Amino acid sequence: MNPYDLLIAPFAEFEFMRRALVGGVAIALAAAPVGVFLMLRRMSLTGDAMAHAILPGAALGYLVAGLSLPAMTFGGILAGSLVAISAGLVARFTALKEDASLAAFYLISLALGVTLVSLKGSNVDLLHVLFGTVLALDDAALILLAAIATVTLVTLALLYRPLVLECVDPIFLRSVSRAGGPTHLVFLGLVVLNLVGGFQALGTLLAVGLMMLPAASSRFWSADVTVMIAMASGIGVASAACGLLLSYHAELPAGPAIILVAGGAYLLSMALGREGGLVWLALPRKHLEA
Amino acid sequence: MSGMAKISTAIRFDDLTLGYGRHPAVHHLEGEVPAGSLTAVVGPNGAGKSTLLKGVAGALAPLDGRIELSTGPKTRIAYLPQAAELDRSFPLPVYDLVAMGLWSRAGLFGGVGAKERQKIEEALAAVGLIGFERRPIGTLSGGQMQRALFARLLLQDASVILLDEPFTAIDAKTTADLLDIVRRWHAEARTVVAVLHDLETVRRVFPQTLLIAREPIAWGDTAAVLKPENLLRARRMVEAHDPHAHACAA
Repeated sequence: MNPYDLLIAPFAEFEFMRRALVGGVAIALAAAPVGVFLMLRRMSLTGDAMAHAILPGAALGYLVAGLSLPAMTFGGILAGSLVAISAGLVARFTALKEDASLAAFYLISLALGVTLVSLKGSNVDLLHVLFGTVLALDDAALILLAAIATVTLVTLALLYRPLVLECVDPIFLRSVSRAGGPTHLVFLGLVVLNLVGGFQALGTLLAVGLMMLPAASSRFWSADVTVMIAMASGIGVASAACGLLLSYHAELPAGPAIILVAGGAYLLSMALGREGGLVWLALPRKHLEA
Repeated sequence: MSGMAKISTAIRFDDLTLGYGRHPAVHHLEGEVPAGSLTAVVGPNGAGKSTLLKGVAGALAPLDGRIELSTGPKTRIAYLPQAAELDRSFPLPVYDLVAMGLWSRAGLFGGVGAKERQKIEEALAAVGLIGFERRPIGTLSGGQMQRALFARLLLQDASVILLDEPFTAIDAKTTADLLDIVRRWHAEARTVVAVLHDLETVRRVFPQTLLIAREPIAWGDTAAVLKPENLLRARRMVEAHDPHAHACAA
């Protein structure tokens, strides 16, 4: 098989592949930087919890309007924001920490969501919601994904300083600015937004994959947050493209294939990465002079 | 300025009580920190020294009484908390950490141009960290990290500077270098308040001292404050936290 058939032909011949590629690239570009900040804020599992929290909202939208993009998106954003804000409030005003209260809220949400979907839908619908339909993205879905990617990247650029500073030295940030609290809220909003976007293509369960796996991989390659962000986006985009090709040639489901490739990139980074990769640690090298 | 009579006040404590829950950590503090003064805050562990700085920095609201700050156009507070509260695993170069001192000028979106970069260079040079610009903060030693944080304080260009145990676990050479910067701030008529444990340093460098053991014990000229009878009183402070304490009548 020549390289054209391997890499280009699937996209050149089939529109659904091109659409999947555009959607996957849009998700990866924006979700991966969000994942980098989640990881640096030690909130890696928060993305996962939030993804589950989105389900009942999307399910409500589905109950009301069927498989309608606006209804499910709106419901998802609403439910995600509600859980994020409630968890934050409980953490602030009670003895419970944010991770524990988030766990409580997302479990309630998940159970509620699955119940709601099964009230009306078939198992096919439930599978659709849980694992997405990256090969069936219509114009509206692509525009939504592109819009979310744009809003996310612009917002991250505007909030870059307080986001970094709140991780490194929150007390310093509080002493020079009141931006910390609002920044955290807007950032959680971005997490919800990206998960709702990813949910169209990859489903609630896998949407977190393009957020966290490239981010975790990037840490093995750089000790500079700006480089990490660029690398995470790159790894995410590459995973989307390679995952689609893998699914095309090996006849695998597309969503899981994308996440599996991202997972492979993570394992590779863990093994070979210049910043603490296993190979470099295991290599018997003499210590330096200074 | 008409002589000594018009020394202005940088910070005024008005029957100040600070604490956690309803339990006081600083109890009924009254007094003034003159503008441009160099004051050490000393006392045993748990005496409320860090709590007092948190209060002045605005990170903790008083349970009772007030903290008044002189309100001028150039009143800016720079606060260096105890070092442990910084996430050193964050992948950030030293240069960026120091540059954050420019926040009050650059803010969220302001550019960092040639003039600002020169200021950052100067601050790095002043603390002896030239050549460390691109090093991740996680690779710094304790002393180097403290130098970087002092560089950030330099850039903050504040009129009131609060230092919480800045020389704890710092070697003699670094302490001497950083004390030079404290002296320079004093010479520039900035108000400096520092929590310290090393009384020898306090006697040598700080003209004013506040000795505190939850209640203020003595406050004024360092030599007079650090007399044996005062230190003994401070040491007798009751450290026990009484969950059934009665409401304070004073």
